[in-house]
Amino acid sequence: MNPLIVGEDIWKVYRVGDVEVQALRGVSVTIERGEFVAIMGSSGSGKSTLMNILGCLDQPTKGRYRLNGVEVGQLRPDQLAEIRNQQIGFVFQSFNLIPRTSALENAQLPLFYRGLSLKEQRTLASAALQRVGLKGREHHSPTQLSGGQQQRVAIARALVTAPSLLLADEPTGNLDTESSQDIMGILEGLNRDGMTVILVTHEVDIAAYASREIVVKDGQILSDRATKGRSHAVGA
Amino acid sequence: MLAFVWLTVITALRVLGRNRLRAGLTMLGIIIGVGAVIAMVSIGEGAKQAVQKQIATMGTNVIMIWPSYMTIGGVRGAQGGAVTLTVADALELKKRIPILSEAGWLIRSTMQIVNGSRNWNGPVHGVSPSYVTIRDWSFSSGGSFTQTDMESAARVALLGQTVVENIFEPGEEPVGAIIRIKNVPFRVIGVLSPKGQSVQGSDQDDVVFIPFTTAERKVFGTLFLGSVGGVFVSTERTEDLADAAEQIRQVMRARHRLQGEQPDDFTIRTQVEIGKVQEGTSETLTVMLMIIASVSLLVGGIGIMNILLVSVTERTREIGIRMAVGAKRFHILIQFLIEALTLSVVGGCIGILFGVLAARLTTVIAGWPTIISSDTVAVAFVFSVVVGLFFGLYPANKAARLNPIEALRYE
Repeated sequence: MNPLIVGEDIWKVYRVGDVEVQALRGVSVTIERGEFVAIMGSSGSGKSTLMNILGCLDQPTKGRYRLNGVEVGQLRPDQLAEIRNQQIGFVFQSFNLIPRTSALENAQLPLFYRGLSLKEQRTLASAALQRVGLKGREHHSPTQLSGGQQQRVAIARALVTAPSLLLADEPTGNLDTESSQDIMGILEGLNRDGMTVILVTHEVDIAAYASREIVVKDGQILSDRATKGRSHAVGA
Repeated sequence: MLAFVWLTVITALRVLGRNRLRAGLTMLGIIIGVGAVIAMVSIGEGAKQAVQKQIATMGTNVIMIWPSYMTIGGVRGAQGGAVTLTVADALELKKRIPILSEAGWLIRSTMQIVNGSRNWNGPVHGVSPSYVTIRDWSFSSGGSFTQTDMESAARVALLGQTVVENIFEPGEEPVGAIIRIKNVPFRVIGVLSPKGQSVQGSDQDDVVFIPFTTAERKVFGTLFLGSVGGVFVSTERTEDLADAAEQIRQVMRARHRLQGEQPDDFTIRTQVEIGKVQEGTSETLTVMLMIIASVSLLVGGIGIMNILLVSVTERTREIGIRMAVGAKRFHILIQFLIEALTLSVVGGCIGILFGVLAARLTTVIAGWPTIISSDTVAVAFVFSVVVGLFFGLYPANKAARLNPIEALRYE
C-alpha cells in the first residue's frame, strides 16, 4: 500500500504587500499509515503552514502533495472541503468548539456536512463521545465543560468520521499538566488502534509521545528521526 | 439534504432566539413594510369596489347625452341650459344605430311633494318607461308605469326611498296613496329600491319619477314641446360603448346640422369613461401608498443585510470551524440565507397579521370599506421571501467566500 502522505518539494510563498514571505522552502515528507508523528519548531518556523497544507486547509504554491493517493495541489475549495470531511480530523489548541452548542451537536458537525440522517449522526457522535470518556455529558455546552473536557469533545468531533489522518495543532497548549496527559493518552490510544496522528507542538515532553519527530526551521526540515515513543516504551 | 435544511433552520432560529431584541428590531422594517402593503392594498381595494358599486348604480352599459351650453351673441349659457336635445333625437338614435338596445329620456325639475300634512322639496323627473329599465331601477314594492301611462299622460308616480321616508309615516304603505306634486294629484304605483350615493355624491334615492308626457304637459310646463334634459341609451355589450358613442356623435351632428368646425351642442359620456375617471383617482392613491410601502420594505431589507453582515463578522471563527470539518461554500451560503429568510419570513408573517388588523380597524373606526384578498396576502408573503433572499445573498456569499485559515485565526 502506498504511503498516506507524500509531500514532494513543497513551497509556500505569501505576499505581504511588496514583501515576499517564504513560509516553506522545499519540504519533502512521507508518512506511512499508523504513524504517530510530532512536528516541532519554534513560532515562525513554518510548522503551522505545513500543518495547514497537510490538513488540506491550504495548498502549496509549488510542489506536490498527495494524501491517500489523491493529488491535493490542484483541487478547488469545495473538493478540499470534501477531503477534510472524509479524511481528516482536526484538534486545535483553542478547542474551536461552536459556542452555545451541545457537546453532542459539536461532535455531530462533520457528519452533518456529510449529509447523514439525524439518527445516524446522533448514534455515531454519542459513540465518539463515549470513546473519549464523555458519556453523560452529551448535552453540556462548551462553557459547562472544563478545558480538558472541551478538548475531548474536539477529539470526538475529529474521530467521529473515522478519518485516515488526525491532525492535532498544539492540542495541550491551553491545558494544565494533568489534562494534557489525559489528552495525550487519548491520542496515544487512537494511534495504538491504528489511526495516523500528526502532532504539532513546541513542547518536548508532549512530542515525546510520538514515535517520530520532525523538526522544522526556517521553512525547511531540520531533522527527521524515529524516537522511542512513550507508548511503545510502556507497551514493551 | 432534508436533514441539513431542517437542522439549519433550527440553528437559525436558535441564533435569532439568542438575540431576540436584535432580531425583533431587524424584523421591524419588514413588519412595517408588509403591514403597510396589506393595509394599503386592502383600503385601496375597498375604495375601488365602493366606486365600482356606485358606477354600477348608473345602470348597465349606459351612455348619457346631455344638452350642451348655448352661445347667444358670445354669451355662454349654463351647461344643460340649451333646448337642443329632443325626444325625436332619442328615437332617431335608437332607429339609426342598431347596437343600441334601449333609448330613454328625462326632464328634471325640483318641486314640492305633498302627502297629507307632510311635504318635501325634491327632484321630480319626467321619464320615459325605458329610462327606468336602462338605469336598472328595481322596486321594493309596486311596479313601473307602462307605455300606455306614458301615452295617456297618466298621473302616476314612482317614489325614491328618501322621498318615502320624508312624506310617509313609518309603516304606512305608499303604493296606492295619492300625493300631490305642484298641486296635481298623483297615485303612487311603485317604490324604488334604494341605490345610495351616485358617483358625484348626490342621493339617488331622493327622486320622484312621473311619466315624461305627464311632466311636460301637466306639471312642469314647457316652452318647447319634446325638449328633454338628457337622453340615456344602452348597448348589449360593454365593448360596444365606445363605438356607439362615436356613432351617436355622428348622428347627432348630422341631425343638428353642425358644420365641420362648429363644436358639439351636446355632451356624451359613457359609463366606462366615468368609471375610469373614478378608478383612476383611487388607483393613483393606491400606487402612491404602494411606493411608500415598498420603500419601507427596502429599508427593512437593508436592515436584514446589515445585521447579517454583523453576524458574519461575529461568527467568522465559527464559519472557519465549520469549513475545517468539511462545510462547503454552499453549506455556509445556505446557512446564512436561511437566517435571512427566517428573519424576513417571520417578519413578513407578523406584518401580515398587523396589516390585516390595521385594515379591520380602519373599517371599524373610520368606517372605510376594506377588502383583504388572499392574493394580497400571498403577494406580501412572496415579497418578504424575495426581500430576505435578495438582501441575504450578499452577506451569505461573503461568509461562504471566507478563507478557512484566516477565519479560524479570527479573534
